Amino acid sequence: QESEFENRLDGETASDSESRSDFGGSSTVPTSDDTPEVLNRALSNLSSRWKNWWVRGILTLAMITFFFIIIYLGPMVLMTIVMCVQIKCFHEIITIGYNVYHSYDLPWFRTLSWYFLLCVNYFFYGETVTDYFFTLVQREEPLRILSKYHRFISFTLYLTGFCMFVLSLVKKHYRLQFYMFGWTHVTLLIVVTQSHLIIHNLFEGMIWFIVPISCVICNDIMAYMFGFFFGRTPLIKLSPKKTWEGFIGGFFSTVLFGWLLSYVMSGYRCFTCPVEFNSDTNSFTVDCEPSELFQLQEYNIPLVLQSVVGWKTVRMYPFQIHSIALSTFASLIGPFGGFFASGFKRAFKIKDFANTIPGHGGIMDRFDCQYLMATFVNVYIASFIRGPNPSKLIQQFLTLRPDQQLHIFNTLKAHLVDRGILGSLEDA
Amino acid sequence: EVDLEERLCELDLRSDSDIPDVPPPTDSTPEILKKALSGLSARWKNWWIRGILTLAMISGFFLIIYLGSFMLMLLVLSIQVKCYHEIITIGYRVYHSYDLPWFRSLSWYFLLCVNYFFYGETVADYFATFVQRREQLQFLIRYHRFISFALYLTGFCMFVLSLVKKHYRLQFYMFAWTHVTLLITVTQSHLVIQNLFEGMIWFLVPISSVICNDITAYIFGFFFGRTPLIKLSPKKTWEGFIGGFFSTVVFGFIFSYFLAQHQYFVCPVEYNSETNRFVTECEPSELFQMKKYSVPPLLQAVLGWETVNMYPFQMHSFALSTFASLIGPFGGFFASGFKRAFKIKDFADTIPGHGGIMDRFDCQYLMATFVHVYITSFIRGPNPSKLLKQLLILQPEQQLSVYKTLKSHLVEKGILQPSLRG
Repeated sequence: QESEFENRLDGETASDSESRSDFGGSSTVPTSDDTPEVLNRALSNLSSRWKNWWVRGILTLAMITFFFIIIYLGPMVLMTIVMCVQIKCFHEIITIGYNVYHSYDLPWFRTLSWYFLLCVNYFFYGETVTDYFFTLVQREEPLRILSKYHRFISFTLYLTGFCMFVLSLVKKHYRLQFYMFGWTHVTLLIVVTQSHLIIHNLFEGMIWFIVPISCVICNDIMAYMFGFFFGRTPLIKLSPKKTWEGFIGGFFSTVLFGWLLSYVMSGYRCFTCPVEFNSDTNSFTVDCEPSELFQLQEYNIPLVLQSVVGWKTVRMYPFQIHSIALSTFASLIGPFGGFFASGFKRAFKIKDFANTIPGHGGIMDRFDCQYLMATFVNVYIASFIRGPNPSKLIQQFLTLRPDQQLHIFNTLKAHLVDRGILGSLEDA
Repeated sequence: EVDLEERLCELDLRSDSDIPDVPPPTDSTPEILKKALSGLSARWKNWWIRGILTLAMISGFFLIIYLGSFMLMLLVLSIQVKCYHEIITIGYRVYHSYDLPWFRSLSWYFLLCVNYFFYGETVADYFATFVQRREQLQFLIRYHRFISFALYLTGFCMFVLSLVKKHYRLQFYMFAWTHVTLLITVTQSHLVIQNLFEGMIWFLVPISSVICNDITAYIFGFFFGRTPLIKLSPKKTWEGFIGGFFSTVVFGFIFSYFLAQHQYFVCPVEYNSETNRFVTECEPSELFQMKKYSVPPLLQAVLGWETVNMYPFQMHSFALSTFASLIGPFGGFFASGFKRAFKIKDFADTIPGHGGIMDRFDCQYLMATFVHVYITSFIRGPNPSKLLKQLLILQPEQQLSVYKTLKSHLVEKGILQPSLRG
């Protein structure tokens, strides 16, 4: 039982007996000790297993503090951080590909991977910028042209990369080159689309960024703690350290945490208002009339809970109901992202994605559960929360032909009259 | 006993020449053809088979165009499914992974999910009136993205649960292979259908230009070919490339001239909810109305005319044929490289003498995306019916404010008379 206890302390990714046999040949990414000297000296007198625990703990606190600081600094800094994280994740996964295939000396391949990253980012940022910075873009002539022909320009850039790839095919290395091409594209699909969905969520309101990410982090930590104290039944063969007790305990704690965090955050405009770009002051502002999601409402407590809780009604923000959906997803489906990453690491015989964070591994190790979360939040918002943006619709309307405009206007009018929103003789 | 993982590791890292070939496809030429051509030598026999099948495919193409848009959509869908099947089968053979748990089902499931997502987006746009009438469809449309995402997630979770210790790497390879294939085949096929809805001419001219380029480049190469073009495809020559380019441009120009005269090809495809059929009837847009162009003085001396009557669309056809001739072949080179990388002669043996469906469509990939991007950038603005759909799901107060803004705009532009009521 002692060795089991020790194994649990050794941290998330496995150095238990099962995976050690997988390590057969040499593992592909050599892990060097990245811990800063200062920590090493401070902890030098502890035994190695406690030292590992302390390093992980300190780094966890450091990351959480860092998270709070950048939230404080505002949307622009957050966007930059998301961008940096994305680039680092892309770099980590591509490096693994190189190591797996020993393909450092493929012609042009590094350049091409970075070029494709640039293209896809240009495409996505262009779409976002056009939406959110509309007035700024319309004012400046070069920006207006870039935004009008944005898709064509992005496609041309991508095509150039594609043709370069075809021209770079070398007889002896066809298969490797196709593998790396496929690897690059799948990585782009995972990493870049997620990061842009995160930025979309951010623009919807910082609460839509903070609550999901915090729920995933909380679920990670809570599941670990519950597993540590009560864990007995293994959850899935893929990650032998996860247990059902940890999973269920993490689920309930995360729902509770999400509930409380949403309550605290919904009170502040800087979190609940959509981020807008003020073209006069050339900065981001978060100032608005809070939508009804963020206004306190009275809810009747179901009779069952009334006797337990002792209140008849409770005042809550409607957003807290949504937070239940978000935390449920974070606890139940989020871990599948983690399992996917674990399977990936076992498949390619690597212990961690990289060594960026001492005690934790690479950036990807910390963000593996976040992938699905970002997409879910985005789809959730688009489906259940906001409709399309009216000002964007008006912009699109203005680019139509007159006969199309008239047709739409008449249809809208008929619809409004139908619904009684507009009196049939009304003349606005 | 060598572990499968170890074998795979070696497989990945060996140079291309060490890798054993995928077993060659069997000869699927129909018996009739074989008997008719039994008297000829092997090389002429092959040439005849290719020729006959080419004519058969072109006739089939014309027949389906005649049958209308709906049949074309079905055709595109079948081709997409077949291409997907061919590429996935190659993946299975390369990785000897027929016996991976659930993998076939998962690949088909993902194909279904992605198709559901894309068709849902298209259907919602083009069939707006049809959909508005039925309650269940309304629900599916409104929450379409959420439903598609939930379906995809189910597949993803199934994949994670199906991971088996001995086969992790293989399973991840096949997962990635499936996704890249979906990216290539399914997105292209939906862009083809979007182009089709814009007007059949936007479907016919690009595809014909690519086919024409293929054939004329082959013919020019056959008669005049001398300088090799690229190491990847030793049979291609610069003479074929350049000859094909000029022929395709001329072909596109002339073909567009003929097609632009008929409403059937030029009008956007619309779904008529009363007759429950697709109709192509409209006032032809200005792209398809004859205009006088002044011939530049340079060409005036050559041609002897001062002005010429042309459709503006023919100018666009220059862009389309140029792309088909210059960049389209890169799609072909990509496919050739792929075949060499995985040591296969053809994608499959569906069409005797030609190979699989993918072999015929490899140059078309980039073309479909290009035409779509071209149309959205240079031809049409946003889709009015999509805009209408979004307007109708706004909150009533938002709808009212949008209505007022639009009204003031239209009055300002004089499109709407301020005193007009109703």
